[in-house]
This record gives sequence, structure tokens and C-alpha cells, in this order.
Amino acid sequence: MPPLTPPKSGDALFASVDRVNAELFTLTYGAMVRQLLTDLEEVEEVNKQLDQMGYNIGTRLVDEFLAKSNVSRCVDFKETADVIAKLGFKMFLGVTANVTNWDAEGTSCSFVLEDNPLVDFVELPDTCQGLQYCNVLSGVIRGALEMVSMKTEVTWVRDMLRGDDAYEMRVKLIKQVPEEYPYKDDD
Amino acid sequence: MQFFSGSSLTSVAPEATPAPAAPPGTATGANAQVLYVFNRNGVCLLYREWHRPLRTLDATQDQKLMFGLLYSLRSFTAKIDPTTAEKGNLGVPLLPGQGCSFYSFKTNTYKLNFMESPSGIKLILITHPRTGDQRDSLKHIYNLYVEYVVKNPLYAPGAPIKCELFNKHLDQMLWNVCVDT
Repeated sequence: MPPLTPPKSGDALFASVDRVNAELFTLTYGAMVRQLLTDLEEVEEVNKQLDQMGYNIGTRLVDEFLAKSNVSRCVDFKETADVIAKLGFKMFLGVTANVTNWDAEGTSCSFVLEDNPLVDFVELPDTCQGLQYCNVLSGVIRGALEMVSMKTEVTWVRDMLRGDDAYEMRVKLIKQVPEEYPYKDDD
Repeated sequence: MQFFSGSSLTSVAPEATPAPAAPPGTATGANAQVLYVFNRNGVCLLYREWHRPLRTLDATQDQKLMFGLLYSLRSFTAKIDPTTAEKGNLGVPLLPGQGCSFYSFKTNTYKLNFMESPSGIKLILITHPRTGDQRDSLKHIYNLYVEYVVKNPLYAPGAPIKCELFNKHLDQMLWNVCVDT
């Protein structure tokens, strides 16, 4: 039997989800980072906390993405990266990313974002030079991929807030973790 | 002591039903009998029954059995798939969503409908044997799960589901599952 409904395109997906005002989103995120800086004071701690928050968001976000977009299981990591860049980013942030810089084995690639709604109106002061402002995004990708059995590592390569020309994050697939039978055989 | 005649005074015994299920034999249009929702670690997130006359095992055993059955069935159906080129060994664990996904099996007394998302959420719906293809209903249940459970900030992922809204919408939706003759 053919699949019941085909996966939607990025634009159709974006149009079908509820949207929020972009400025509200940017300002809320900014206020949250500001508050984390005040509470934790150490820039490294804030980076870790943003990543953890992103991880928790990602583990829930993946179900919403799978339910709304109708994508079936991706065959390999290349397809996964394309799906994240074209459908995932579009659905949740309204922007598409480009996938570049594949390494020889096909386990590591870069997502390049020209436009990033999280960082509108933001400038990093001198006291926060080590801050990865968009670290929540790397946590989201890591959390979401872990729920589909891929252990990954995500790092930021380029950051416009530090003077680069675009946002680039490097995603490396560490391994695929297959499902194991969870119950012990003693019962 | 005065005894009233049977016609003027009748006593009504309260109905003892464990779940809001219609008694067997009545045509209510509700053909969904039992629903299980498991996550990728085998935790039963939800077990709902609307009509289950025979209970053979206690709840945890029953859930473990159901999960074990589906885990093995998935693995088995993927391994004997005649259309794929690679043949892994029978004991090798599969990634969630991999392999040809079976979606139902039917016996003479019930039909078991199954859906698994790539994130490992398994939905099992047991219905009357003559129900049609339930993949759309299962997709819809998955959407309800996302709306009312995943998006609920008070719900801890991996814990059993105790959301009233989810249960209510589920009941409403499954009341419309019809027999397909």
C-alpha cells in the first residue's frame, strides 16, 4: 500500500503550524539569556545551561516535528541533515539552512544559517566574549537526534555576533544507537 | 412494615463497570477496544480499555508481553522481508522505524493495529476484526499525543501519561471508529 500522506514541503509546513510574533520570540530569548547571565555569572556555565535547555526542548520537539511533517525514517545521515535543514529549521524558525562541508565518510556536516531570528537586535558586550548566544539550537539538534537513535556532537564554527559573516554549526554523528530489548529475562 | 407492590416501587442497582464501555453486543459505533502507548524504552505510557471481556495477566505482565511481542514481530518482519538486499542476523537489534513497518494483524476475534514513530513511540490499537485500515486513526492519536502530552510542560518524558485533556480527546476521537464491512 502506498504511504497514506506524503511529507509536506517546508513552506507548506511553515504555513500549517501556529506562528508567534518574531519580535516576541527574539526578545523573550534575549531576556532569558540575560537572566541566565545574571544568575550564573560564568559564561561557560551559561553556555552549558543553554545547551541543556536546548536538549530538553529537542527531545520533545522531535515528536511534534514527526507528527506534523509526516517524514518517514531517513535512510542515512545525509538525508537526516537535509530534512533538518529544509523542513526542521523552516517549521520552527521560519528560515532554511544550507548543508555544506560534508566530510569523506558522510558523518559530519555544517548547517549554515544566513538569517537567524534568535539574534535580531543583539550585540555581545566585551564582558561576554565567550558566550555562545545560540547554544540552545545546538542542544535542540542534539536532543532531537538522540530521540531518533543518533548520538551527535554539535559545535559552533562561525557566529555573526563575533564578527563572522554567517552562523555555522558543525554536526558530527558519533554513532547510531539501536534499540535494545529493555526487559531482563529473569521474569 | 409495609411492602409496596413491585410496580410502584422499583429499586435500581447501580451498574458496575470498570471503564466507560458499552456492554458487548450493543451497536454503539465504538469499536476501539484497547489502546497501549509505549515509548522506546518499553515503558507503557498509557493503557486504556473500553471493552475487554477477558483479562488473563496482571497489568505489568500484560504490558511487558505486548511490548515484547511487538519488538520481536518488528525484528522478524524486517528480517524476512524479500525486497531488501541486506539481511542482518536475527538477533541484531533494529533502529526504531527501520525495517518494513508492519501495521496490523488480524485474528478471528480481534484486529491489532500498530504504528511506530521514528522516535520510538509505539501505538497499539485493538479493534473489532472487521475494522478498516486504522493508520489514519493512529496518526491522529499520535497528533493528539503531541498536542496534549508532549507540549505539556508538567509532563516528564518517559513517565506514564496522566493528562485529562488527552484522555478526553482520545475518547471523543475513538468513538468515531466504525466497522468497515
